Amino acid sequence: MVSLRNTFMTIYRGRLYPNYWDMIALCLALGVITLLAWNARQMAVPYQLGQAISIHLEPSYLPGYALRTVLRMLIALTVSLLFTFTFATWAAKSRRAARIIIPIIDILQSVPILGFLSITVVGFIELFPNSLLGPECAAIFAIFTSQAWNMALGFYQTVKSVPSELIDAADMFHLSAWQRFWRIDVPFSMPGLLWNMMMSMSAGWFFVVASEAISVSNQQILLPGIGSYIATAIATANVQAIWYAIITMLIVILLYDQILFRPLIAWADKFKSEQVGQEVEAHSWLVDMLHRTRLLRSLGLQLAILFDAFVNMSWLRSKPVSRTAALHSRRYEKAIAWIWNAAVLAVLISAVIFIANVLYRLVPLSAIKEVFVLGLVTALRVFVLIVLCSLFWVPIGVWIGLRTKVAEVVQPIAQFLAAFPANLFYPLFVVVIIKYHLNVEIWVTPLMILGTQWYVLFNVIAGASVIPKDLLQVADNLGVSRWLRWRRLILPGIFPYYITGAITAVGGAWNASIVAEVVSWGDKKLVATGLGAYISEYTAAGDFIHIALGIGMMCVFVLVLNRLIWRPLYVLAETRYQLI
Amino acid sequence: MQDNLNKTQTTNDSQSTLIDVINVQKSFKKGERQELLVLQDVHFRMQEGEIVAILGKSGSGKSTLLRIIAGLVAPTDGDVFYRGQAVSGPVRGTSMVFQNFALLPWLTVLQNVELGLEALGIAREERRERALKAIDTIGLDGFESAFPKELSGGMRQRVGFARALVVDPDVLLMDEPFSALDVLTADNLKSDLLDLWQNKKTGIHGILFVTHNIEEAVLLADRIIIFNSNPGSIRAELKVNLPHPRSELDPRFRNQVDRVYTLMTTVPRSAVGGDESPRIDLGYRLPEASIAEVTGLLETLNTPENNGKMDLPDVADTLMLDIDELFPLTELLEILHFAQVSKGDISITETGKAFVEADILERKKIFSSALKKYVPLARYIYDQLVRHPRHRALEESFLSLLEDYLTEKEADRVLQTVIGWGRYAELFAYDYNAGVLSLENPN
Repeated sequence: MVSLRNTFMTIYRGRLYPNYWDMIALCLALGVITLLAWNARQMAVPYQLGQAISIHLEPSYLPGYALRTVLRMLIALTVSLLFTFTFATWAAKSRRAARIIIPIIDILQSVPILGFLSITVVGFIELFPNSLLGPECAAIFAIFTSQAWNMALGFYQTVKSVPSELIDAADMFHLSAWQRFWRIDVPFSMPGLLWNMMMSMSAGWFFVVASEAISVSNQQILLPGIGSYIATAIATANVQAIWYAIITMLIVILLYDQILFRPLIAWADKFKSEQVGQEVEAHSWLVDMLHRTRLLRSLGLQLAILFDAFVNMSWLRSKPVSRTAALHSRRYEKAIAWIWNAAVLAVLISAVIFIANVLYRLVPLSAIKEVFVLGLVTALRVFVLIVLCSLFWVPIGVWIGLRTKVAEVVQPIAQFLAAFPANLFYPLFVVVIIKYHLNVEIWVTPLMILGTQWYVLFNVIAGASVIPKDLLQVADNLGVSRWLRWRRLILPGIFPYYITGAITAVGGAWNASIVAEVVSWGDKKLVATGLGAYISEYTAAGDFIHIALGIGMMCVFVLVLNRLIWRPLYVLAETRYQLI
Repeated sequence: MQDNLNKTQTTNDSQSTLIDVINVQKSFKKGERQELLVLQDVHFRMQEGEIVAILGKSGSGKSTLLRIIAGLVAPTDGDVFYRGQAVSGPVRGTSMVFQNFALLPWLTVLQNVELGLEALGIAREERRERALKAIDTIGLDGFESAFPKELSGGMRQRVGFARALVVDPDVLLMDEPFSALDVLTADNLKSDLLDLWQNKKTGIHGILFVTHNIEEAVLLADRIIIFNSNPGSIRAELKVNLPHPRSELDPRFRNQVDRVYTLMTTVPRSAVGGDESPRIDLGYRLPEASIAEVTGLLETLNTPENNGKMDLPDVADTLMLDIDELFPLTELLEILHFAQVSKGDISITETGKAFVEADILERKKIFSSALKKYVPLARYIYDQLVRHPRHRALEESFLSLLEDYLTEKEADRVLQTVIGWGRYAELFAYDYNAGVLSLENPN
């Protein structure tokens, strides 16, 4: 759990106040979103999807659908990894690149993920006309956006924090850039990268389900998978099918965890330089089994030799540096810097002009005002949710965390629940809301935090379980009890962990608002007021300029709240309430 | 004069000259225009067959110098030649042993040792063979498949040595190679290294190492280059002609150690003024010394058997301090005029005596007045607080002032140090969360 916090921490550390690079990045990101939306608007609508695929609700189809869903997930993960290795490494090695890449990634993090789906799907369909490959790519791209930013930022931070002695050693022994990457950067970042991947996957399940079935421009696109199965079940109001889907997903995530991630994490233990504190060594039955099998061990050896050859490819070997070359590169350096700055400026100016132009021509001021008010409504929802969720889960989490035995049982369950795509449960809620005629504005709200509340719980458990025993004993010894004990010891003790959990939960809630504020069951449709509903409705209607407006507004909201509230709290937790 | 001498020699006997460092300067950029000088006019040469130690306090820039020689860091000015060739990047022919070993934790001992060979593009079989041989030489047999975290500090540093030796270096550079090890382990490793060197089991033609341990320098080196701090420069050079193996109990050895202490504590010629105590300004890099330690040292000095005066090597021995711990204490004592250091001796002054014999409250008073009198930074902060209408000031304002003179990290360290002293002296109070300094007893 400690390592989980560490990886997360690295992302948030340091940049408390926005600087002008953030503003540049914001303009660029908004520019791209507007461009995509504008582009989508230009395309001929309606488009040809080819033969529509019908989704069968018989349980026997489910394994096949699950496989398709998992495959999508894996492809997205691979692409995210490639993205991480290229862009994060580039940013880590070049200050110039870092100044622009990192703020952009940081801002892309606050763009709602399903927003990406809404505005890219048309482009992808155009790319592969008459086939499902387009929507397929769009779905994978949406999953990619839910994983890549997090992974890239984490990787960038760890690569930047490689101890200087290791870098000196690499220089001293003349490692080439290629060898350095595989021998130092990647292994050093491995534990963090894996944790990050696992966390991103948890979020990914949510979005894979949401992105398989989308309505865009009044057309329903269904990709074979669990998400579409659910969508079909919803459309036909079939409760039984919903349960089938939930059970299938449960099994899939369990297998994924046991077969892919547990082994990877146990394996990644060897990349940790030191065993930190009371952290338990990760174990995996699969890895233990593999270690003991002779056949697989020899296979491992072969793989090692292969990897060795890969790292030592001769054409990527370092060459002795010549002094003249070094001098030359220094002379070019100035010219490159100049060109780079000019290019950034040019792109920036065109982005600003473009956004202004689109806004001026196509969006009336009243629309912006309306979207802003909707943003406030959703922000209020998120705020109320996090308060309620904290009031509920913090006491429970502390109670569990202080009891080692209970924590050992509950912690994996909480983590598992965090990974489970909560949108599978939405229909069950909707059925209840419809049946008892509950107020939609209020009762749709809990859906937003259904999936991410577990982050609060398991972080609080982790925090409570590392409060030093002697501090608790001192409190008992001095007769510090009840509220005083909470105020002086427990709340400050769990604060950094709680903040980590709350930030994740809030981020997830904003993202979930797009699917949670509009829900349906059979032919009944419940719509709450809010920015999420706005984006979702306009996506269905295919009005791309309004989609872009909604997404841009949500992005700005998330960004501003992050900078004004969460980051200062995080820094406070880091500096003041750090126990270790 | 030395300059001319060097120039003529460079051309003549580049055969036996391993490393030639000519007028090296190093400064780091501080903000827009300011520069922070860490190395000034460093000038020396190393001959074949020599073991040379660079001895200095921490932060004297000696590690930076080693990295410049290794080609890891570029000097701001001046040149480094390795066997007559200008150094412009990591030099093939040198290899380095690091203070904290710099092993890759995810590689086994064998893989770690192979690393340098891999970079040279040597085939897998030959790599393995040479690595095994190096592991054998350094006494790591049986640990080939172990990971660094399974090994003790001493064993890890042996891996560091094996890795450095396996590439068959001409010059071995070592950055505080024994300082992370306990005394016994370090001694053991040192004698093994000397064995290798004397039996010519390796192709090494010279060893250059950086240390802050005087005994270590005297034990290993043929020549000791003593470094000044602020900015780093060569203070003195000393040849050690004792035959190996040297023993710390040997009176001649003790004698050499005494000489080093004397050289390190004698005021350099350039700074000679009327006053014996160092004169310091606002941005002076105040030593990191705690009041408790300083008081302890004064109490030791003031015991009847010492009678107010001690030999520095004895102080180091009695209190079990190395020079990185001892010199900050003596420096603070000198700044406050509580003691005087010269020619390797430290003697208590009248104020120092008064301080150490007083009770706690009286001590604070004496300390406070010395602080105001002799530490410009403390006086400045105090004055600012007195002048301010509400007797408060932001930590940042002093920090940015110090950053004109020091690196960001050092500025922070110095400010924290002076805040510690000021709190003890009850000159001012400090709120950690707000980062606000205020007068202890505003009137």
